[in-house]
Amino acid sequence: MISRGWRTRHVGGAKTLVTAGINPAFTVTLGKVHVVIGNTLQLIVNGLAFGGLVFLLAAGLSIIFGLMDVLNLAHGSFYMIGAYTAYTVVMATHNFWLALLAAPVVLALIGALLELVFFRRLYRHGHLTQVLMTFGFTLVFVDLIRSRFGPTTRSIPPPPGLDGAVNFLGATFSSYSLFVLGMAIVIGALLVAGWRVSRLGMVLRAGVADKEMAGLLGIDLPRVFTLTFAFGAALAGLAGVIAAPEFAIYPGMDANVLILALVVVVIGGLGSIEGALLGAAVIGLGYVVGSTIFPQFAIGLIFAVMAAVLVVRPSGLLGRRS
Amino acid sequence: MIPGRFPSRLVFLVCLALALSSIPLWAPRFWIYIATQALIFAIFAMSLDLLVGYAGLPSLGHAAFYGVGAYACALLAIGHVDGLLPLLLVGAVAGGLAALPIGALSLRTSGIYFLMLTLAFGQMLWGLAVNWTSLTRGTDGLIGIPRPTLPGLDAFNMSLYERGPFFVLCLLVAIAVFVFLESLARSPFGKTLEGIRENDRRMRALGFPIFRYRLVAFVVAGTVAGISGSLAAMSNGFATPDLLYWTVSGLGLIAVVVGGSRSLVGPLLGAFVVLFAQLGLSTYVDRWELVLGALFIVFVLFLPRGLVGLVRRA
Repeated sequence: MISRGWRTRHVGGAKTLVTAGINPAFTVTLGKVHVVIGNTLQLIVNGLAFGGLVFLLAAGLSIIFGLMDVLNLAHGSFYMIGAYTAYTVVMATHNFWLALLAAPVVLALIGALLELVFFRRLYRHGHLTQVLMTFGFTLVFVDLIRSRFGPTTRSIPPPPGLDGAVNFLGATFSSYSLFVLGMAIVIGALLVAGWRVSRLGMVLRAGVADKEMAGLLGIDLPRVFTLTFAFGAALAGLAGVIAAPEFAIYPGMDANVLILALVVVVIGGLGSIEGALLGAAVIGLGYVVGSTIFPQFAIGLIFAVMAAVLVVRPSGLLGRRS
Repeated sequence: MIPGRFPSRLVFLVCLALALSSIPLWAPRFWIYIATQALIFAIFAMSLDLLVGYAGLPSLGHAAFYGVGAYACALLAIGHVDGLLPLLLVGAVAGGLAALPIGALSLRTSGIYFLMLTLAFGQMLWGLAVNWTSLTRGTDGLIGIPRPTLPGLDAFNMSLYERGPFFVLCLLVAIAVFVFLESLARSPFGKTLEGIRENDRRMRALGFPIFRYRLVAFVVAGTVAGISGSLAAMSNGFATPDLLYWTVSGLGLIAVVVGGSRSLVGPLLGAFVVLFAQLGLSTYVDRWELVLGALFIVFVLFLPRGLVGLVRRA
């Protein structure tokens, strides 16, 4: 299972480690790699790009929890299904951009269906029951994926035009990492703006703040729930597509990224988009700092940061005080 | 408490113990192996029930203590310590010691945050097991763990390397753990724990130090999980980071919920269901995870009180 998150790629003649896709939990081989000081900027970009990916996941997880009070462990599965959708589409059409459009649509449909058929029945139950059912779904999804695609690791190439390298400020970046960072910034900005300014964002914030009151004011909450769940799933699917050319695609890729998304949500505070953004930045940079200072225990640093945040502020940096 | 009143429950338990102890006499070798694994997992699930069921603390990082116990036992056994009691004890102590700081930090929060925090700490220990290669040999794990010799067994020309005696050992430990946890649950301590689960503010107002009660429960659960880890290390002959992975905690919760929480018998039955699904089913069907996951969704939706709830209702 270990080190599947790694891919090495030849950039500019030198064997360069493309770190954006690295799951910090799988940094076993890091000690063997020479991390040159000149690569620091590169590591920061890659770390932030990775943080951006996790943010796409954490945002959906956080809104769904804030609004519906459901901790969805199957959120990582949406990410995995997104990556496999990308794989399928790219294999069939050789068009990455089509995959980028198709996966969120597929995931939105899956998310809406799951909410309507299963999750809807669970809102009145306790957290534990919901968490356990979503855990059941993670088992089902990973096995469905394995039965369709087999246990082997798959990969897709970056789209043409983004498969090269860029020299900038004396460091070499893979252009796909820059694309990932750019996508994360654009989508993150759109999400925060939408959350703050748009009508749907207002409805969602009202729902998070006080569900009963929002319902009394004429907001059709069941419909909002379904839409939110579909939207969160679509975001996770989008993250899966964006991650696909950079990371290994394999059954079980869901769990690793889910844990990181949970950490981001915990650090930022459940139900807060800005919190998820802050938490993702902390995780991305924490990974960079950790992997350069003590490569073997980068993952430990991330969890130590989370433990420290929770000890000082049990409901997260930007979370509501309960 | 199932089923019904105390005497009938005792009869049920004795029958269950007798039925289990007869397994080595008639079951095929492979099924003895599965039953052994199920008993070890049942000890783990019962310790989790103390937290989830009685104390109302949903932990998703309990596999950490299982794994820590297994590694402690493995290191000692590889270091040529031969003796059943030391090997079981070192797992228990290691599990308890790991649970103390993790519990102290996690119990500052409650509910869903507690769940996520235990999950994160569990994954942190998993990362440690993967990365601390000088001690744990990373993903390869510690292999070639010998089972202890028992002087009494030698007299009968048997050893713990045989399936029958090892199964009986696991059964005896499981019974001891069951009796211990059952009496703990019936003691004033257990009743206080349930009171805290139902209404922590009132219990605090009544003067109970609820943080200390919860922490003791967490450490006891970690200790028992460490014992099951010791047995797992002996049974498998190896200890790998997989033992600490969060899905093991999830399967433990499945065992508790499928069987029925707050009963101790429930998790025991649930552990058998999970292990038979995992090991038994996987020899016939490829998609055991799918079946287990679907079974689990059905249980949560239609039988939230588990198998035990089925009997209780009848």
